[in-house]
Amino acid sequence: MTGQARRLAAGGRIDRSRPVSFRFDGRTYSGFDGDTLASALLANGVALVGRSFKYHRPRGIYSAGIEEPNALVTLRGEGRHEPNIPATRVELFDGLEAQSQNRWPSLRHDVMSVVGHFPKAFAAGFYYKTFMGPTRRAWMFYEHFIRKAAGMGDPTSAPDPDRYEKAHAFCDLLVVGAGPAGLAAAIAAGRSGLRVILVEDDAEPGGSLLGRRDGAVADWLKRALAELDTLASVRVMTRTCVFGAYDGMTFGLLERVGDHLAVPAPFQPRQRYWRVRAERAILATGMIERPIVFGNNDLPGVMLAAAARSYVNRFAVLPGRRVVVFTNNDSAYGAAEDLRAAGAAVSIVDVRAVISEALRARTAEAGIEVLSGCAVGRANGRRTVTSVDIVPFDARRPEAARTRKRVSCDLLAVSGGWTPTLHLLAQRGCKPVYDSHRAMLVAADVPEGFHLAGGAAGETALRSCIESGLAAARAAVQACGQAPHVSARPPVEPLAADAEEAAIAPVWTIPAPLDGRAGKMFVDLQHDVGADDIALAHREGYASVEHLKRYTTLGMATDQGKTSSLNALAILAGLSGRAIGEVGTTTFRPPFRPIAVGALAGQETGLHFRPIRRSPMHDWHDQQGAALTTTGLWLRPWYFPEPGETRRDAYARESAAVRRSVGLTDVSSLGKIDVQGPDAAEFLNRVYVNGFLKLPVGKARYGVMLRPDGIVLDDGTVSRISDHHYFMTTTTAGAGKVMAHLEFLLQTAWPDLRVHVTSVTSQWAGMAVSGPKSRDLLARVVEGTDLSEAALPFMGVMHGHAGDVPVRILRVSFSGERAYEVYTPAGYGMALWQMFCDRGAALDLTVYGVEALGALRIEKGHVAGPELDGRTTLADVGLARMASGGKPFLGGALAKREGLGDASRPQLVGLELANGAGTLRAGAILCDPAARYRKAFAKDSAVLSDHAPDPSAVDFTAANGSGHLGHGIGFVSSVTWSPELQRNIALGFVSGGSSRIGEEIDAVFPLRSELTKVRVTPPHFVDPEGVRLHA
Amino acid sequence: MLRLACPYCGERDYVEFLYGGDASQTMPALDDDIDRWTDFVFFRDNPKGEHAEFWQHQHGCRQWLRVVRHTVTHAVMSVRPAREALPATEEKQVEVA
Repeated sequence: MTGQARRLAAGGRIDRSRPVSFRFDGRTYSGFDGDTLASALLANGVALVGRSFKYHRPRGIYSAGIEEPNALVTLRGEGRHEPNIPATRVELFDGLEAQSQNRWPSLRHDVMSVVGHFPKAFAAGFYYKTFMGPTRRAWMFYEHFIRKAAGMGDPTSAPDPDRYEKAHAFCDLLVVGAGPAGLAAAIAAGRSGLRVILVEDDAEPGGSLLGRRDGAVADWLKRALAELDTLASVRVMTRTCVFGAYDGMTFGLLERVGDHLAVPAPFQPRQRYWRVRAERAILATGMIERPIVFGNNDLPGVMLAAAARSYVNRFAVLPGRRVVVFTNNDSAYGAAEDLRAAGAAVSIVDVRAVISEALRARTAEAGIEVLSGCAVGRANGRRTVTSVDIVPFDARRPEAARTRKRVSCDLLAVSGGWTPTLHLLAQRGCKPVYDSHRAMLVAADVPEGFHLAGGAAGETALRSCIESGLAAARAAVQACGQAPHVSARPPVEPLAADAEEAAIAPVWTIPAPLDGRAGKMFVDLQHDVGADDIALAHREGYASVEHLKRYTTLGMATDQGKTSSLNALAILAGLSGRAIGEVGTTTFRPPFRPIAVGALAGQETGLHFRPIRRSPMHDWHDQQGAALTTTGLWLRPWYFPEPGETRRDAYARESAAVRRSVGLTDVSSLGKIDVQGPDAAEFLNRVYVNGFLKLPVGKARYGVMLRPDGIVLDDGTVSRISDHHYFMTTTTAGAGKVMAHLEFLLQTAWPDLRVHVTSVTSQWAGMAVSGPKSRDLLARVVEGTDLSEAALPFMGVMHGHAGDVPVRILRVSFSGERAYEVYTPAGYGMALWQMFCDRGAALDLTVYGVEALGALRIEKGHVAGPELDGRTTLADVGLARMASGGKPFLGGALAKREGLGDASRPQLVGLELANGAGTLRAGAILCDPAARYRKAFAKDSAVLSDHAPDPSAVDFTAANGSGHLGHGIGFVSSVTWSPELQRNIALGFVSGGSSRIGEEIDAVFPLRSELTKVRVTPPHFVDPEGVRLHA
Repeated sequence: MLRLACPYCGERDYVEFLYGGDASQTMPALDDDIDRWTDFVFFRDNPKGEHAEFWQHQHGCRQWLRVVRHTVTHAVMSVRPAREALPATEEKQVEVA
């Protein structure tokens, strides 16, 4: 463990009684509780913390906040491994592991840093120009290497062991930012009785006050926090970032519940994603300091002035012993004084020729040298800054000059002015505008519901920040319909007027000195975009700032250009001879800072990804060891394996039993809808293609419904229970959409129909008894009921009892065998099922699952989900004759569209292997062998796996090794190995349909480079005459 | 993130609702010709501004609602039961409001 050479002996908000040990790049260091990783690294004298994105240049800690562009690290390991985290926002804890990024083999000796010597090669648009070209071929080849060389931290594929939560909250007033303005606003609003949520991204409230030295500021903060404590209606959320402002005053917040701990506390999530709905919001988000652009301005040891001040005052770290402060405004003088007071030798380089008498006096008293009318033309040093070259500078007529003198230093603190943090407002569509007087982007208009306060409102002095917070609170309280709290005692006492005024000379870049090498001048440090890249983009005609952004990738890194955007606008304005205000601004979108996907997912992962629906007989299936599968939300028995059976063994046995004797399967998941009312028959007659007016009581009918555009929506049966009462079944997956469809029609199109529909899917358990012995079994269960052919013919419906259990019996069949669907109220489901099992033992009863159900229906050529896929018409699936000629029905008009009647549309057919060889796969593309592509590309069928940059390999359609191009003439929809026929069969769609029966065509499966010869057959493989229904 | 004031259930979050598309046209009669149906199904305006649209309170009362929403600001002008709101009459009421 090394000592903290740069730690000050006293001061700061760190807890010296609680030392903390951490590791960075494998070395152990020490810090204190209250440190960030950045402050602890600086305390240990670690200046080099990363390599840059493109040029692999050495980079150090640049800021002390969320705007950090350089010091990105990877935290922790294994499943908790997390890349691209700014070290300035990592709270130190004992045992923290951090790694630098984008370096190999080590941070100090990075092979790729050679790239930095050829920056021309990596200028803006380099990738597009060099690799993209007129085709994408070259890019596909090079992409892998480029991504490896340039980039950020690596992700992990290990599962995340932590838990994330979602939460909702409501408030009258959301105050974003707990700096001086936000604290004042929250206190004032809380005193008036508003329900306030005050959100602070930092670990403690205070904002910029935490980085101040003087005692009056500390006292004010202490009093404000004490006052806040007394207000029950104010909730303070620290370690929480408001990352998005959305419609309807909804805000997205991320609370880092356990990120400051090695592992989250017991029963606590790691992070919590809040959705907060507020009546009003005060944005007290402060400002972000921006740099000035000059040569080598990215060297470790170059830092924002306010950051240096924060490290000294908040963390008791002296980031440099010999400091040059480079500024164009007054705010950096406070930083210089604090650095000086902490023992550093300090010089100020100010681009302004004239500075105020007050500042002159203060600096003279502190022993700080001021070089006015000068600029830093270049920073020098290999891995860290060791000196700066000072050039004479006239802010009104900036031009290149020769170096006047070289000043050695180990820290260069820069201030180019301040930019209000208006991202949340920008997310609401309010583009900030340039205020040339204050040289900052300010809000042009504030949308209804929002107020600005403090730095976000452009206030720079502490006193006016507090006052604007109080004013915003007054406005918010009034807008909420409350009277502002009136008291002799002000909510918080304003501080004495601040000496720091806003005087600024708007200077953005310093021209390279006429002597020596220029050095790269960076605008966007995180994406390595330089001033010359902007100039190149401008020369190439990228006049719009949005185009500039995309061409150079400026502002598109994880920091979203928090320190670079205004400098870029100013440079572009200068190049194009426009005012900054005319250039426009880019768009900020949520999130304000990167958000872990885990937080957005919350608990909705794995089993909790979506709800699971279970049949009333689920426990029985589970106890029998059924393999389960999902259909929509339903968990259904897939097959019931006996010891040693494979899936195919099991479903073949189950399916054979249905054709041989009798089988029982759970159909509870079918959608069930009760349709009741005097106009029910008319309603059904309109929504189904076939007629329903004449369906008698006690009979069922198969029906198909269409969407308004003429495409098949769903199919199922309808049973007429009584005159005004029908019982509809739908497919398992279609139940929800059919229900919404029926409700839509009844409520919007035909409100005059006296019909009510109710979903009863969960209210009924359903089971199908199928096979030649199904009536025998049914008779043993439903005693005392006449089940004869005359009493219950095919498509008959009746009610009865199985012991005490009421049953509704439909004689319908999906398997093609004699079969019955038996329904009972859900609570009786298990009892009825058990009765069937018990009494079926003597009849060779076999329980079967979804796989056998599928095999049986494919053998019969019945269509299901894979055929009714939202693209097929009645004619496509071979059901054209169902459409009743005598009546109009929904979808009927558009089903007659010319294109839908095209004879070349693929139509339902059966398919089998032509030579008994190969594999039938659902999804395979059917192709006409006569249309085979002749070009001899298929000689190299390895092209798919090798990524060879062979031009002929790039066309996907040609690269399937089959010799076929295009979309083919159809596709395979459902496949099974038929237990009845003992061979592979399939359903599919092929252009020409039944006219092709007997033809051999190609089934191509490009994902596996397969070509299989198949023969077209009728879709009915087993019992096409349907005699077994009555067996 | 929209919130809709369901006339039956009160103000609810958008996650409870199902979007049902443009509500500015009435469904043709089933025996209307193919041109009328083509217009109804395929040719809809995409206005910048106020837009009448169907939403179903799917995870609530399951009523279909007729919502007038501003497509730029997402402000909700009105929410009414679809079975009561006939487009012709409502358009006038919206203008008055």
